[in-house]
Amino acid sequence: MANTVQQSEELFTADGTPLQVSLARVHRRQKLRALLLVAPLFIFIFITFVLPIGDMLFRSVENAIVANILPRSTKLLANWDPSFGELPSEKVFAALLKDLKESHKNRTITRVGQRLNYESPGMSSLFRSSGRKVKRIKEPPYTEALIKANKGWGQIETWMLIKHFSPAYTDGYFFAAVDAKRLVSGEIIRVEENQRIYLALFVRTLRLSFIITVTTLLLGFPIAYLMAILPTKISNLLLIFVLLPFWTSLLVRTTAWIVLLQQQGVINEFLIMVGMVNTENRPEMIHNEFGTIVAMTHILLPFMVLPLFSVMKTIPKSYVRAAVSLGAHPWLAFWKIYFPNTVPGIGAGAILVFIIAIGYYITPELVGGTTGTFISNRIAYHISSSLNWGLGAALGVILLGVVTVLYLLYDKIVGIDNMKLS
Amino acid sequence: MKFNQSTFATVFVSTLLAFSGPAMAKTDLVVVSWGGAYTASQQNAYHEPYMKMNPDIKIINDDSAPQAVAKLRAMNEVKNVTWDLVDAVASDAMRLCEEGLALPINADKDLAPAPDGTPASKDFGDLIVSECFIPQIVYSTTFGYRTDKVKVKPTSVCDVFDLKKIPGKRSLEKKPINNFEWALLCDGVAPNKIYDVLGAKGGVERALKKLGTIKSSVIWWTKGAQTPQLLADGEVVIGSTYNGRLFSLIEEEKQPVAMLWDWQVFDLDGWIIPKGTKNLKAVKKFVRFATDTKRLADQAKFISYGPARKSSAPLVSKHAKLGIDMKPHMPTDPNNAKTTLLFNYTFWADHQDDFTGRFEAWLAK
Repeated sequence: MANTVQQSEELFTADGTPLQVSLARVHRRQKLRALLLVAPLFIFIFITFVLPIGDMLFRSVENAIVANILPRSTKLLANWDPSFGELPSEKVFAALLKDLKESHKNRTITRVGQRLNYESPGMSSLFRSSGRKVKRIKEPPYTEALIKANKGWGQIETWMLIKHFSPAYTDGYFFAAVDAKRLVSGEIIRVEENQRIYLALFVRTLRLSFIITVTTLLLGFPIAYLMAILPTKISNLLLIFVLLPFWTSLLVRTTAWIVLLQQQGVINEFLIMVGMVNTENRPEMIHNEFGTIVAMTHILLPFMVLPLFSVMKTIPKSYVRAAVSLGAHPWLAFWKIYFPNTVPGIGAGAILVFIIAIGYYITPELVGGTTGTFISNRIAYHISSSLNWGLGAALGVILLGVVTVLYLLYDKIVGIDNMKLS
Repeated sequence: MKFNQSTFATVFVSTLLAFSGPAMAKTDLVVVSWGGAYTASQQNAYHEPYMKMNPDIKIINDDSAPQAVAKLRAMNEVKNVTWDLVDAVASDAMRLCEEGLALPINADKDLAPAPDGTPASKDFGDLIVSECFIPQIVYSTTFGYRTDKVKVKPTSVCDVFDLKKIPGKRSLEKKPINNFEWALLCDGVAPNKIYDVLGAKGGVERALKKLGTIKSSVIWWTKGAQTPQLLADGEVVIGSTYNGRLFSLIEEEKQPVAMLWDWQVFDLDGWIIPKGTKNLKAVKKFVRFATDTKRLADQAKFISYGPARKSSAPLVSKHAKLGIDMKPHMPTDPNNAKTTLLFNYTFWADHQDDFTGRFEAWLAK
């Protein structure tokens, strides 16, 4: 009888230790065992995933390149005050000359020129041409000699730019990622109208991903429902059909859409054959937003169907039958009984499709034209073509931030516990 | 079959022998290039003959040339360069050389002289635009059009901007390079003043305004293979791409397409040896072979790009499979080269990042 056990009486295990202590020890051991079992996976993910991505994202603020390649000038520039409106002293020019000569020899001069060129066009050519000419400058006064080599050195803006970008960390990339710029005077302005791209692209990426999530839901729900209520043999066959696209290359699927949707493509030819459209007014279904939405819906459909199917399979058929037997119209029974039970599956499918869609770049690249591309296409461009890794990383950080914020919002509204993958 | 000791021993020994491989060690050379018809021409003209002459060398093709600069930068940061030879256009080669990612070459020492004894530096001449660059071919970016879909034959590059004369869609490269030059040319700027106008205030706006007159009819391509496919499908009636791709389309695929050579833009493509390659001696031997007079002329048997050596030009003969004379298809042939532009490396090295940003912003609107 549990009531007869007094609270002041402690229980002991067979070897004399108190029960509390023994229990705690056993729990600790279980936790340790579980941790050790998961440890290899954690370490693997940490080394191959978290560290490299962290390193890449760190480049969005890293700016050691200027201070490393121009060490003497940046150190002296720290003491120079541009507000007097005068160029730095002869000592600073001498230091710059040494830095330029050394970096030209080490072949690092074009890197620093390119980095500063991202902030102010023209710096690249300034550094490149200076690198070639400084070999001939051997005696003071260095100020006149350098300005003669390239008049950019006689402009105070050049020096203000170098001073502004000497610190080891910079916020310049993040400003550029939202179409803003911090002038050397310190104020933050929006970039000119004809150079604004990123904010509009972020909005477009989120909007199109949302549309794609909705279309995959509308198309995927009936498929999953059909698979859930049919007998196992037929539903297994349908499951294979849903998974079949995964066995073909992504590029093949995307190219197939190009063949179908293009102006002279299969669908347009069919519409002309049945007389629905004029041959002059063929609808443009590709190289625009429509093409992106259609192709991505096709590619991401299995990601919506599978979680929905898994959840629907666990809903007992007797619920709906009970509702109907109690007098509900079948449609009402579906909405009030069946549908709420599928919400966890919808949640899982929706978040899966949305997060994948936001980061996709191959399909929008091929079928998006100019109005259907995503922010990820710009990130890829900066990483592989313009080599502005800082800006690419800043865009990536912002994208990651947006997804995290949306995920937390989703948690608040729908609840993570309300999400089941099976 | 009974698995007694003797059968086991035979199986064991024969497996060992099978896996021991040939007696000599094979060196793998990783050669990076652009893929498609271009890599196929290199495979036929350089790689196969070399591998036949040197059975201990295996040449592996990698199609990452469009991302060469980014990948080489990344490889150098971790000090693990896995490539041995990289095919790069002149502007990429200059960039890599300036950053110390490519090895300098002494043309007279490292490259073969012409058969008549002319040293390599004279045979290549001005085409050695950088001390790390080994020129291979002269190619051009130019236009092709559907002969059956145009009412009037286009004769000038400005017909691309004329929606009345040539109605229908066009395809242009998704880059400001070449498009800006053609736009200014067709807006009335004299050919020798193009870069002055483009570099001055308002130059970019003027070029974008001209491009804006056809913007809604343009499909923008990023890969050389896209325009030939678009032309073959009839999606575009006129489009720009590399002249060798158009040659394949017209002569090999026999599509109803013709070339428009007016104001073609010349560019150079060649090799660079990445710094940190693990097979330097083997690669230098290969490069010496692959860039000699006969080899460069051989590549012209498979694709219509002009060999960079003066001594190779007279050796350009017939296509290896089709048997047609290649000379009229060379971009350097006098009939085709009446009006040409040469890619302005210094201008674009300075302005590429800035102009591309404005171009992309204009595209996105």
